[in-house]
Amino acid sequence: MSTDVTTDATVTSAALALGDDALVLSHRLGEWAGHAPVLEEEVALANIALDLLGQARVLLSLVGDEDELAYLREERAFTNLQLVEQPNGDFAHTIARQLYFSTYQYLLYTELAAGDGLFAPLAAKAVKEVAYHRDHAEQWTLRLGDGTDVSHQRMQRACAALWRFTGEMFQPVAGLDVDLPALESAWAASVTDVLRRATLAVPEGPRSGAWAAGAGRQGLHTESFGRMLAEMQHLHRSHPGASW
Amino acid sequence: MATAAHQTARTSAYDAHGGTPADAGDTAGYETAFDAAVAADERVEPRDWMPDAYRATLVRQIAQHAHSEIIGMQPEANWITRAPSLRRKAILMAKVQDEAGHGLYLYSAAETLGTGRDELLDKLHTGRQKYSSIFNYPTLTWADVGAIGWLVDGAAITNQVPLCRCSYGPYARAMVRICKEESFHQRQGYELLLALSRGTPEQHAMAQDAVDRWWWPSLMMFGPPDDESSHSAQSMAWKIKRHSNDELRQRFVDICVPQAESLGLTLPDPDLTWNEERGHHDFGPIDWTEFWDVLKGNGPCNEQRITQRRRAHEEGAWVREAAVAYADKHSAGRGVEQA
Repeated sequence: MSTDVTTDATVTSAALALGDDALVLSHRLGEWAGHAPVLEEEVALANIALDLLGQARVLLSLVGDEDELAYLREERAFTNLQLVEQPNGDFAHTIARQLYFSTYQYLLYTELAAGDGLFAPLAAKAVKEVAYHRDHAEQWTLRLGDGTDVSHQRMQRACAALWRFTGEMFQPVAGLDVDLPALESAWAASVTDVLRRATLAVPEGPRSGAWAAGAGRQGLHTESFGRMLAEMQHLHRSHPGASW
Repeated sequence: MATAAHQTARTSAYDAHGGTPADAGDTAGYETAFDAAVAADERVEPRDWMPDAYRATLVRQIAQHAHSEIIGMQPEANWITRAPSLRRKAILMAKVQDEAGHGLYLYSAAETLGTGRDELLDKLHTGRQKYSSIFNYPTLTWADVGAIGWLVDGAAITNQVPLCRCSYGPYARAMVRICKEESFHQRQGYELLLALSRGTPEQHAMAQDAVDRWWWPSLMMFGPPDDESSHSAQSMAWKIKRHSNDELRQRFVDICVPQAESLGLTLPDPDLTWNEERGHHDFGPIDWTEFWDVLKGNGPCNEQRITQRRRAHEEGAWVREAAVAYADKHSAGRGVEQA
């Protein structure tokens, strides 16, 4: 039946989109290992990276072989948000990226967990992890925003720099049955509240990403992403067919 | 169970002098009680009286152990972004995270002796305290991650299991937790090497090359030979250390030889043979010149490791300052609300 094919295809694109988000952000957080500002953050960032990697593995496995999907796709075939591929920058950039993404992920997974779709069981488990990620990001946003003058300025700059990538989270994804306008207003309300409590201004300006909102979901990425993939995939690609 | 003498020393030291005997006459009494407690295999706890040299030795050893966990994250983290499968990547990330956790336990244990984490980190960053020489070797291939797990963690466990019975309670308890996790890492490293050894010819060669490079540095982790080990005798008398460097090294070699065989890999030592008479493996001479060179800061990665550690700390200063400023503002705020 053609209906089944359509269903499979849409499930595939949704699982890939969410799986790629988790995979790519996990990789970026993994780059922090050995570089964090304090030991407790070595633990926390690795912990978040591991949670995300676990989510990525479940989601990619719904589509096919997790390693083939992670290591053998080219840049244009990845459908993660441009937000999650952004380089770590300083700690404030990493936290701003975490705040924007984990708030989105928390709201999205809460809604998916409440439904009866294919992603409900995964979302029900992941939402507990993501609640921690979101709390971690909020706490650091408060500390940096309402800490010293230097940290306030850095956090404000980071929030502004990443703001343009926030629109793409609310573009439709085939197979992802959620109320996007409601998700977007809940996201905006939550982020606005945290920024206000952190004495930070809500950034202004477009939220359309590097190409247009939703570009990452179409495989259109920013330049640093190709280099990230080159590093991630190099060893696996050097030994075709090997198992590890 | 504390002996009566030890208990008295504990109580009177704590009550009357806050842990410091008032005069030399007292010291002798405390020293006798301390020696008796150690001889009876009792645990020394943070509030107990202890000889200054015992305290200093423990601070040095625990701090350097903590530093080793922190510096030891670097050679493995070097491969997180290149791990060849998602499963291996998850295992490696979890391991590096555990190491940061071990560092935290150990700094906490050191702090019970009256020092602070900031002070210890400063000593690491300025080269006044050392970390294990092994982490000054580079991880050049993926197989190095497996060799570190199997050999380096294996050597660490051989060294550390006896520390679970160390006379200083907080250190011994930290080691119990750490050893459990280290054993897990060691098995994962072995399993990684096994997968490579049984893989393609290129993977097998990669595994053999890694073992060839890590074998001798791992044997050096047990420290200098017994006749050149300056702290050993006193540490054994205090039951901080339970076995000599050479005893532990021998134990490690005896464990590794059959494991290498079942891995299908060789150990790079032509003199390695079973000695029926001793019931142990004989092995070739260690290059102690290399050991002392690395210890003095002239190993392949000494400069790089300490520079990265210092940079992470310096570049993170504004973050730590922000956390303190935020806590100050908000605890002050709470105080006002309460009043």
